[in-house]
Amino acid sequence: MNAEHASAALITRYVRGEDLADDVVWALESHLETCAACRGALAEVDTPGTLSALESVWTRLEPELAQTAPAPRRRAAWLRTWVTPVMLPWLLMALLVIVAAVAMDRMWRGDGGISFVRLCAPVLPVLGVAAAWTRGVDPAYELIAATPKAGLYLVLRRTTAVLAVVFPLLLIAQWLTGSAIAMTLLPGLAFTSGTLALGGIIGMARAAYTLIGLWAAIVVLPTVAFQREASLLGEQWVPLWATVLAVTAVIVVLRRGAFTRLSARRW
Amino acid sequence: MRPVSAAEVAPATYAQEIHAEGLQVRVGRRKLAVDGLDLTLGVGVHGLLGPNGAGKTTLIRALATVLRPAGGRLVLLGASIGGRIDQRGLRRRIGYLPQDFGFYKHFTVREFVEYLAWLKDMSKKDIPGAVQRAIDRVGLTDRADDRMKTLSGGMVRRAGIAQAIVNDPDILLLDEPTAGLDPLQRVRFRELLQEIGRDACVVVSTHLVEDVAAACTDVVLFAKGNRVFQGTPAELVAAGGPDDIGDSPIERGYSAILGKGKGNW
Repeated sequence: MNAEHASAALITRYVRGEDLADDVVWALESHLETCAACRGALAEVDTPGTLSALESVWTRLEPELAQTAPAPRRRAAWLRTWVTPVMLPWLLMALLVIVAAVAMDRMWRGDGGISFVRLCAPVLPVLGVAAAWTRGVDPAYELIAATPKAGLYLVLRRTTAVLAVVFPLLLIAQWLTGSAIAMTLLPGLAFTSGTLALGGIIGMARAAYTLIGLWAAIVVLPTVAFQREASLLGEQWVPLWATVLAVTAVIVVLRRGAFTRLSARRW
Repeated sequence: MRPVSAAEVAPATYAQEIHAEGLQVRVGRRKLAVDGLDLTLGVGVHGLLGPNGAGKTTLIRALATVLRPAGGRLVLLGASIGGRIDQRGLRRRIGYLPQDFGFYKHFTVREFVEYLAWLKDMSKKDIPGAVQRAIDRVGLTDRADDRMKTLSGGMVRRAGIAQAIVNDPDILLLDEPTAGLDPLQRVRFRELLQEIGRDACVVVSTHLVEDVAAACTDVVLFAKGNRVFQGTPAELVAAGGPDDIGDSPIERGYSAILGKGKGNW
C-alpha cells in the first residue's frame, strides 16, 4: 500500500478473501469508505469466473435490451425543459400587449409624443417570470420543488426562456415604431431580476404585481397624464438601472435557497 | 465491461436512512406542526398513521427537504439538513409523492414521468428505460401514451407513484398514496411497497389503518405534532383491548393509544 491508495494486489487479495492481518483489513476498509478510486479498482477485480459470467449474461441480454428500446422522444421534450405549459398563456399575453402597444403607437403617436411600446417594455417579462415559479399558478409546483434540479438553476432556465421570447418581440416592436432601442433591455432585465429577488421573499406573482403597480404609478400614469416624455427611460438613467440590476441579482443569488423550498405563499 | 460502478459499491456511512432529534417544523408563521419529534427509520416500510391535522404532511414535506426545520436535528442518508450539504445529491436519492399533486393535463403519462426523471438529474441515456420500468411497475403500461387528463383518479395516483420511484430512491415518501385506489389496486400497491421496502426506506402517510396492517413492517403513530407510538403492527394490535372502539383489532389498538372516547371525533 502506498501513502495514498491501496495497491491492486492488496485489493485483489481482499476481494478473494485471502488471509490478511486484521489491521490491514481495517485500514483497507476504512480507506475504501472514503475513496471512490479504490472502490472502482475493487469493483473491477475478477474473482474467478465472476466477470466471465457477467459478460455472458450481458451478451445474451443485449439484443433483447436493444429491442425494448424506448419510444422515440418527441420534439416537444426539449422545449419542455425550458417552458412549462402554464407559462404559454402568459407568453401569449405578452405578445398581445406588444401588438396592442405597437398599434397604439402607430395610430396616435405624433412627434415627440409618448410611446406605449417604451412604456410597457420594461415590465413585459415580469408576468412570464411570475408564471415560471408561482405555487398557485403551476399545478406541478410541489412535485417540482422537491426535485434536485429545482432551485436557482431551474428558475433561471425558465426565466431565460421568457426573455428569449419577449426581447426579440420588443426589438421588432421598436423597429416597427422607430423608437430608441438602447433603453429597453436594461430596464427589462432589472425588472426581471427584481421580480426574482422580491419573489423569493413575498411570492413570485405578488412580486410581479407589486412591481407592475409601482411602475404604473411612478412612470406610466404621470407620463400619460401630463403627455410628456417618459421619465427614468432616458440615457442618463443607465447607472440607476444597472445598479438595480446588480443589487437585485446579488439578492437573488444570496437567497437562492428559497427556490428549493415550498413558498409559504400561494401567489 | 464493468459490473458495478465505484458509486454503487460505496458503503453506507450512516446507520439509519432517517434520523430526527427534537425536530420542529413550522407551518405558517407561528404554528409548530411538528414539535420536538424524535424518530429513527431504517430500511423497510413505515406507516405514518394519525388523525387528520396531526402534522403528517408537514413532516413528510420536511423529510422531502421542501420545508426547512425550525429547530432540532434532521439527518437524511447521513447528511444533516441545514448544514452545508450537497442538497442536490441528496434529493437525487429521494422519491416524493405529495398528497395533492398537480400535473400538466396535456402531458401523457410517459411525458409526465420523463419530465420528472429529467428534473431528478437522471442521465439522458437512462431515462427512457427507467421511465418504462416505473410505468410497468404501477401497472399503467397500456395507458402510457394517453394524456393525463384522460386518466381516472386512481390512475393519476399511480402515475404519481411511478414518478416517485423512477429514480430508484433510497428514501421513498408517499403522502396518502392510497386515496382514490380501489381495493384491488390497493392490494397490488401494498405488494409494490413491500418490494421497494426490501432495500429502501419507505414512509407512507395514511389515515387508513388497514393499509398499515397489511403493508408495513413498522408503524409510527403521530398525533398533535409528535410521535405517540412506534412499533410493529402486531404491537399496535396488542395495545388495544376489547373495550376500545374500532371494527378490527388494529383499529382498536389505534384508538386505545390515541385515547379517543366514544362518540368523540
